[in-house]
Amino acid sequence: MKNKLTPIILFIFLTFCFVVFYKGLNNSNTYTPNTNHEKNIPTFKAEDFNSNVYLDSKNIFGEDIYYIVNIWASWCIPCRKEHPLLMELSKNQSIKLIGLNYRDNLKNAKMFIDELGNPYAQTLIDKNGTLSVGFGAYGVPETFIINKNKKIVKKFIGPISKKTLEEIKTITK
Amino acid sequence: MKILKFLIIMLLLMGFSQLKSGEKNDEVKNKILKNIRCLICQGQSVYDSESDFASSIKLIVDSKINEKLSEEQIYEYLREKYGDWIIYHPKFDKNTYILWLLPILLFLFGGAIIYKKKIKNKNEKSL
Repeated sequence: MKNKLTPIILFIFLTFCFVVFYKGLNNSNTYTPNTNHEKNIPTFKAEDFNSNVYLDSKNIFGEDIYYIVNIWASWCIPCRKEHPLLMELSKNQSIKLIGLNYRDNLKNAKMFIDELGNPYAQTLIDKNGTLSVGFGAYGVPETFIINKNKKIVKKFIGPISKKTLEEIKTITK
Repeated sequence: MKILKFLIIMLLLMGFSQLKSGEKNDEVKNKILKNIRCLICQGQSVYDSESDFASSIKLIVDSKINEKLSEEQIYEYLREKYGDWIIYHPKFDKNTYILWLLPILLFLFGGAIIYKKKIKNKNEKSL
């Protein structure tokens, strides 16, 4: 009886290992964060890019509309690539685009905006990256959609494309 | 003169205790940073990394310690922002119970087999 049971147990164990590892082969070996998870927006005080006045997050996100938060920096090459799409997005009157200038030199950031145009209704300075951590960001560029209930409903890691632009438009309709 | 001496000793003691609490904070900070994964690095903790992401997290942890948040509250804050993956030491919940219990079950199972074999050998020898 014992001799019969051992190969069966061994077979079940090896099959289990095979299934686990075979399934693992299909998984990506890089970390893919959950971008659809609803989260509350952080509460913070941040310096305004143009007026250098400190603003409260409650006042920044005070209106009953959709907000798009875009994290950018003048040294970030993909930000330059997505900028024309942000300019297009800024024409949409039903949303408000908030820029978060990430770990940047203010002079270079202003030159960047002067050169490519300003899509943001408001730009905030995130000198040490802690504001971006509050949003759950990994780096630049990243874009967040905030709904009327002040929840982050979607985040886009990396530069936005025409496809993501359409997705943003659909969500914020 | 005595009062002056007393005041100097008190000031020195106060400075010493502040130094001690600073050291303790550094110890806690390093312990936390070593348990946080740098999400944009390859196999590095935030403690080991010099990336922008890691330095922002270091500042956040520093400010949370100054706000007197406990170690678990800091982990919870980071979990809320980035999910369970950011912490190296996973917490025990419905998604991780196999991870925690499987080694114990395997250990008990193996132990039971060894114990059974030993008893059997003993019985055979006594016969």
